[in-house]
Amino acid sequence: MKVRSRRLSSFLNDPPAMAGLAIMVIFILAALLAPVICPQNPYNLEELSLDNFLLPPIWIDGGKAPFILGTDDQGRGIFSTIIYGCRTSLIVGFVVVTISSLVGVFLGLLAGYYGRWLDALTMRMADTVFSFSTTLLAILLLGVFKESGLITVIAAICIADWVRYARTMRGSVLEVKQEAYVMAARAGGAGDLRILFQHILPNAIAPILVVVAVDLAVVIMLEATLSFLGVGVPLTEPSLGMMIAIGKNYIYAGMWWMIVFPGAALIMLVVGINLFADWLREELNPKIQRNQ
Amino acid sequence: MATYIARRLLQGIVVLLAVSMICFIIFRYMGDPVLAMAGKYATQSEIEEVRHMLGLDQPSYVQYGRFLWNALHGNFGKSYVTRIPALGLILERFPATFELATTAICMSFLVGLTLGVLVALRPHTWYNRLVMAGSLAGISVPTFLTGILLIMVFAVYLGILPPFGRGKTVTIGFWRTGFLTIDGIKHLILPAATLATYQLAVLLRLTRAGMREVLAEEYIKTAWAKGLPPRKVIFKHALRNVLIPVVTMTGLQFGELIAFSIVTETIFQWPGMGNLLLTSIYETDQPVIVTYIMLAAFIIITINMVVDILYAVLNPKIRYD
Repeated sequence: MKVRSRRLSSFLNDPPAMAGLAIMVIFILAALLAPVICPQNPYNLEELSLDNFLLPPIWIDGGKAPFILGTDDQGRGIFSTIIYGCRTSLIVGFVVVTISSLVGVFLGLLAGYYGRWLDALTMRMADTVFSFSTTLLAILLLGVFKESGLITVIAAICIADWVRYARTMRGSVLEVKQEAYVMAARAGGAGDLRILFQHILPNAIAPILVVVAVDLAVVIMLEATLSFLGVGVPLTEPSLGMMIAIGKNYIYAGMWWMIVFPGAALIMLVVGINLFADWLREELNPKIQRNQ
Repeated sequence: MATYIARRLLQGIVVLLAVSMICFIIFRYMGDPVLAMAGKYATQSEIEEVRHMLGLDQPSYVQYGRFLWNALHGNFGKSYVTRIPALGLILERFPATFELATTAICMSFLVGLTLGVLVALRPHTWYNRLVMAGSLAGISVPTFLTGILLIMVFAVYLGILPPFGRGKTVTIGFWRTGFLTIDGIKHLILPAATLATYQLAVLLRLTRAGMREVLAEEYIKTAWAKGLPPRKVIFKHALRNVLIPVVTMTGLQFGELIAFSIVTETIFQWPGMGNLLLTSIYETDQPVIVTYIMLAAFIIITINMVVDILYAVLNPKIRYD
């Protein structure tokens, strides 16, 4: 209880962390309520009209309601497309983080606890995947996969991403394994399962929280990058990365709104998550004493 | 130490073999090499001929053996699109990628280390906050967006730097370099800056965190108390100890550099290997993709091995048995 109230007060005394959380909440709400707050569903062909293509934002001559941030070359409102794009970003982000953290934590737990060949095999695999880097591996996998779609993108990122969790978890387990209470539990006749999930897992999970926060930002940027390169989500799905790729074609025509607004939305979302992750990292790092 | 190096080498070879097997499966079973070589309108006998020529009528372990044998001799087959040997096609573009990447690494090390040290020394000043905010932006803006924003500002609005291509190059032997002409250097600035930003932010944060931890150590307090000049305390006693993990980290993140060079080259239409890879992905040019993967794996694994071995040599605390 004490730890919790200290955490809360440290959080309330950290404006950047609070701003970060607020930004995340706003984006999540906007994504959930997209059909309510958007004047148009940009991926419903019936609501599009080519009369409205390449309109500037509403405060510039030629702009027209309800397209407050202008439109793209298909007549899709930039504002609505951004909200729907954030929806894709957040779906990919949360699904990937959930799947890879579950897989990674489980493998890391087993590898750290049982050691031997299981540890060697898991960690060699993890090292190899890690040295290729998530981004490179995801690009290569998507370059090779035949199907394209949201699920393919999620699968490719997951294959490349679980290692972060496995490595962190294994390191954490190796430390916790030596603690007196684990020895005591074993001496008391507790089985492997009980030791793993009741004694080791709860005490080893803290570093994973930081990885989850950082990884969410990384995965959202990665999805945007993949879609920008044209190997990510298909043309029929909204995506911030693809919006910017389309905007790049009109960069010389001075139509900056097709790049600047989706870019700003992407940066804001990622900065929000990173601000929160920074606070979490310092809070959970025993080596750095805060507010000295 | 010798056993450690031998074991590390063996590991590298095993990983390369695994990668080659995956590549073989991609090449053989994803996409149809016969269709790609013979064309859509080939007759049955032409298809049989190509199948026999490629050795596809033999059992798969024989095929894998041949694939491996050819790969060892640098023969990865011909591009489906240009009908030129894939390895040659990629290596021809190596100098462009190499020049871009080395420039970016130098830029990020120079700026990242300097700022990291400065910020760690004075954690409570205004420029500390400014630099940290900048580094937050550095890790929060994806590379492709950095590149596009740079093009927008410096090429479209200010019109002082060229937005794409490599400019005038000079050929020395087989190496086409852009370093020797003003035009080539002008073309290099924006892409190199783009590629450097991400690494710069990471380097800065690593250096700052490392310096903050090291500066609190007793031996640094001793060094100050002895009355050593700041230059010696900071560079000789503190930075040296921070540098080992920082350099190791950069070496191990080499895959990241390759990945972001693909992104950067695509934005700036830089005629390098990454640009070629994406074009090949769009055209499903399997031999080029497979060759690229094998080459990237080879480079990454070699660098990792060198970094690991150097680390063991440099850091006497670590002993392997």
